[in-house]
Amino acid sequence: MTGMIEPITDPGSIEPEVVVTETVDGKQQSVHGRSPGQMAWIRLKRDRTARVTGALILGILLAAYGVPLWTAIYGTDAYAHNPDLLDRSSVPLGFVGVSGSHWLGILQGNGEDVLMQLLTGMRTSLTISIICAILATAIGAIIGATAGFLGGWVDAVINWIIDVMLSLPFLIVALAAFPIMQEVFFGGPSERPLILSGLMVTGILLIFGWVGTARLTRGQVISLREREFIEAARASGAGNWHIIFKQILPNVWAPILVSFSMAVPGFVGFQAYLAFLNIGVGHPHPDLGRLVNFAVGKMQGLNGWFLLVISGGTIFLLVLTFNLFGDAVRDALNPKSNR
Amino acid sequence: MTQTDAAAIPEQRAADARGPIMKVSKLTKHFPVRAGLLATKQNVRAVDGLEFEVGRGEALGLVGESGCGKTTTGRMLVRLLKPTAGEIVFDGKDITHLKGGSLRSLRQELQIIFQDPYSSLNPRHTVGAIVGMPLKVNKINPPGGVKKRVQELLELVGLNPEHYNRFPHEFSGGQRQRIGIARALALNPKMIIADEPVSALDVSIQAQVINLLRELQRELDLSFVFIAHDLSVVRHFCDRIAVMYLGKIVEVGDRVQIYEKPSHPYTKALLSAVPDVSKIGDKATGRIRLEGDVPTPINPPSGCRFRTRCWKATEKCATEEPPLVTTSTGATAACHYPETY
Repeated sequence: MTGMIEPITDPGSIEPEVVVTETVDGKQQSVHGRSPGQMAWIRLKRDRTARVTGALILGILLAAYGVPLWTAIYGTDAYAHNPDLLDRSSVPLGFVGVSGSHWLGILQGNGEDVLMQLLTGMRTSLTISIICAILATAIGAIIGATAGFLGGWVDAVINWIIDVMLSLPFLIVALAAFPIMQEVFFGGPSERPLILSGLMVTGILLIFGWVGTARLTRGQVISLREREFIEAARASGAGNWHIIFKQILPNVWAPILVSFSMAVPGFVGFQAYLAFLNIGVGHPHPDLGRLVNFAVGKMQGLNGWFLLVISGGTIFLLVLTFNLFGDAVRDALNPKSNR
Repeated sequence: MTQTDAAAIPEQRAADARGPIMKVSKLTKHFPVRAGLLATKQNVRAVDGLEFEVGRGEALGLVGESGCGKTTTGRMLVRLLKPTAGEIVFDGKDITHLKGGSLRSLRQELQIIFQDPYSSLNPRHTVGAIVGMPLKVNKINPPGGVKKRVQELLELVGLNPEHYNRFPHEFSGGQRQRIGIARALALNPKMIIADEPVSALDVSIQAQVINLLRELQRELDLSFVFIAHDLSVVRHFCDRIAVMYLGKIVEVGDRVQIYEKPSHPYTKALLSAVPDVSKIGDKATGRIRLEGDVPTPINPPSGCRFRTRCWKATEKCATEEPPLVTTSTGATAACHYPETY
């Protein structure tokens, strides 16, 4: 044996019955196997829940991000005041103000259009939630993978930080942090650009949002690290870079994807929850959670009830749709359903 | 790559002018464990002073019950684990403390086949990527390209080369193990450590894989360390057998010495424990039942480690550790009172 890469052939010397018994179904043309990812995609396409909720999600995204278009078609935006449609105590005229130009009525107070408030509020909510989900998943995956792969004291420190984060009460920290952040960045609860206040909410959600993904990824990486194919790569002379990016990463993207698809509805819920408590993008920017809060303050009349059902129902629809879709993604990626 | 006459007698092989391909001396692995709150550091003495040689083109079997340190030994031989003490000489070079580039070039000559074909193949990689991985990692570009080489390897291990683009989950256990073997062969190693390569397979498939390994051994002039707990598989495949008990080798000998005239009482007991289908219903004929459990490797017995379960043990066994010496059968055994025939 001199040359490292000297071709070894003469398969004829292998016992023929070995070849025969172990050759699969005699297909001689070039066969392409399906990767686990491709199989998951096929399963997802076959899943009825996934198809329905997937279509619903597309519709929701279209409704939320088509707001400029809807404004042009519909004739009014979420910010326009309609004092002429309110009575002297600022209550909408007629049945909660429903009319041909305001399909879901108008808000008590300044008379903003409810439909546009909902659509624009959905946009606010989805933008914050999706950005949070992407960032939280990325941060969590990187931190978790680092802890899991390196182990030792790095793992211990990261685990300790995660434990601290989990022991902090999310709501109290958010309630305490938001006014301070407002004070520091804007000098008080004044009106401010949508993007800046959106970033603030994103930041608060992110402080806690990465922890779950980090734990998940850490566990996955630890269990993968002990698998024999990692040892096989090491025994062939592979370095850490190859092992992390070529061997481990392709095996953790599935749980990370599931964690992402479940994080979106989670953040929609949390964002609405915070907005209800006035930790949100702030007046006058439309926000689903604040709409619910607004409705709760008007419960003595029909206006409040109607608005509560509509805005609460919208949040419910968003969370349910994304959750069901996330469930379908998880089922499709479940390695147990591999043959 | 000459077609050596594979039936050559072990003695001749060991007498190869270049010396044995692998020589292991005083190989030791201790795993630190901490017991209790006020930790006094203790060691699991998984492997405790192994001595053996593997001749060129030879297959050395390493047998023993679970927990005796076989797998740890195998992992150390390919340097997946770092030995606590001792020395491994491979092809005339001390490889015990290799690092970096020289460790990488060693790994091209010394490969491992794993026990579990379900966990030893990355489920997200195609067969082509798995078998070609050692070539890619070492930046080797074989004549005709990686793909051609991988297909040759697949053919060599009895798989359809057209399965290049398939994924491991589409194969049976036996086929998966063949993929693992092809991967180990990708770098043209001189020696392969096979860590229980067939114990996860069906009996019918075991024979096929064993025969494949044997063919490869002849064709490629490979040396093997074959780790197993199944004595009949080892008998079929190996020229010489080393029997381990609690981190130590108790007996080394060729097939006849070990299977027909075992010198060490432990070897004898181990052999008598193999169920024999042809003797079902007979009154237990010379079956030796060992009493008690294997002692803990954290605190192994003094003297001979087998004495707590040995029917021949005396005072001497507790005080004096028996050295590995040649016995009347020609094998080497570590026993004060070896069996005689």
